Amino acid sequence: MRNALKLVAVAVAAVVVAGTATAQSTADDIAKYREMIADGNPAELYEMQGEELWRTLRGPKKATLEKCDLGMGPGVVKGASARMPRYFKDTGMVQDLESRLLTCMETLQGIDPKLVIDGKFNSGERKTMDALVAYVVTHSKGDAIKVDMSNPKMKELYALGERAFYYRAGPMDFSCATCHGEDDKRIRLQDLPNLTTHKGAAAGWGSWPAYRVSNSQFWTMQHRLNDCFRQQRTAEPIYASEVTIALSVYMAAKANGGEVMTPGLKR
Amino acid sequence: MKMKLIVPLALAAVFAVPVHAASSDELDMKAREMMKDSFKETGIAKKHRMLQLDFQEACSQAKLPPTAVMKQIEAEQMKTIKWPSDGKYYGDWKEGEKIAISGRGLTWRDKADAENGGGCYNCHQLSHNEISYGTIGPSLLEYGKLRGNSDEMVKYTWGKLWNAKAYNACSNMPRNGDAEILTEQQIKHLMAYLFDPESPVNKR
Amino acid sequence: MANPMRIRAAAKEGVTEVRVLMSHVMETGQRKDSSGALIPAHFITELTAKHNDKVVLSAQFGASVSTNPYLAFKFNGGAKGDKVTVSWVDNKGDSRSDEVQVS
Repeated sequence: MRNALKLVAVAVAAVVVAGTATAQSTADDIAKYREMIADGNPAELYEMQGEELWRTLRGPKKATLEKCDLGMGPGVVKGASARMPRYFKDTGMVQDLESRLLTCMETLQGIDPKLVIDGKFNSGERKTMDALVAYVVTHSKGDAIKVDMSNPKMKELYALGERAFYYRAGPMDFSCATCHGEDDKRIRLQDLPNLTTHKGAAAGWGSWPAYRVSNSQFWTMQHRLNDCFRQQRTAEPIYASEVTIALSVYMAAKANGGEVMTPGLKR
Repeated sequence: MKMKLIVPLALAAVFAVPVHAASSDELDMKAREMMKDSFKETGIAKKHRMLQLDFQEACSQAKLPPTAVMKQIEAEQMKTIKWPSDGKYYGDWKEGEKIAISGRGLTWRDKADAENGGGCYNCHQLSHNEISYGTIGPSLLEYGKLRGNSDEMVKYTWGKLWNAKAYNACSNMPRNGDAEILTEQQIKHLMAYLFDPESPVNKR
Repeated sequence: MANPMRIRAAAKEGVTEVRVLMSHVMETGQRKDSSGALIPAHFITELTAKHNDKVVLSAQFGASVSTNPYLAFKFNGGAKGDKVTVSWVDNKGDSRSDEVQVS
């Protein structure tokens, strides 16, 4: 009996080792593949379009976005997204990059934000937004994530974001924390950052927006969050709604000091 | 006289708001409002999905609820488990494999009459052959071979598949049977996938 | 009109490395849209790269190449300030040509 037990133990150990080896080599292969394609991140194509759109006369007011204030002064793009979300005095609100761009499009160009908020991903004004976001975030690449948490509204949104992160609901009882609350977890072969830690939040927040090779699409953080909730099986988050800003503040604050790697390149 | 008292108090309250930081209770209330107002209905994903069941609310913090609360949730969830109506626990493991692989269903892009998948591979290792598995849940490789098929083990597994919260109040695993994600027949197929000696979960 | 390409060309020790990122849907003609209708094929068929006026690469593309294709190649010769031109034609007759100076 003792011998039989020992045999079982050895067999289990062998299986565990083999399993780890397979998973390890798969992860290595994926990393190798990423390296191969990183040189030609198609997000650059969106960035080029965005740069052009930034200077194009658009909307009922026939204006460009060159006077858009992303928090660093009118027209300053360099380093802007590394410091977002942030509190804006003129709107009296905490805004992420997308919601701030909506403000600029509305005030400078006269474009109705509803075209984006009620729109569809990969079409119309949301597609315009994708390109603009790609342009702006490229100009923070390599910067440190530097979100100013001193404003009381930022603190409040952080607290709300934390509550949203752990909020379980829907037919599958999932929350953000179900997938992003522990280290070294995967869905299928996809590694999941633990967004409750600095390291995980820096990896996650720091590498979105990103180009997704599997569907050839550039995804903003609004799009990323939308698809997380879709897979959680909740109702659909409204574009640029409070919950999306709150979760962004929560992640960005945890990621503070990490590196901006945007635009990222994903599976 | 009463009026005079109320007015200054109300004014004091208005001015007090920006000065003191919101209390934990106030934030809880604001968060609840936010989870209601920030979402819209799309397709089959209705807004009521944002309302929490009692146990969902209890399990919505970084920390687990106290043991007594966990025990109470588990006892309540245990009552929801429906045992096989014909007393048969096993279906066809081949069908079970398809259900374990499919992660489809219940998103706002899915149709109401579509058959849902179990999404098992998103979180668990199961078969010897499938290398694309998640690690949020424990490995179930050689499930039946390692655990045997005693009445107790079979009943436990059925119950766990039907409503995982009956065994661990804040489990990450969905309530497949109780939340009507999977049908009784689909759960039987998954049971066969886990226990059948011919299933690739057990046979190399 | 087709969207611009991003081209980089760098000369080093007598060899020029060119990296091109193209913006193209590269539809295979086999995919279906959400209503089940076939999405018509739309992909790059020919690509030409020139160093000044001399063709250094001529390639046939097809439906098996991914969306937004990336192409990297090297040719002998080339110096800082030289011109590299890349052009493509697709099966619908659309085309695009962009040029860059070798760095």
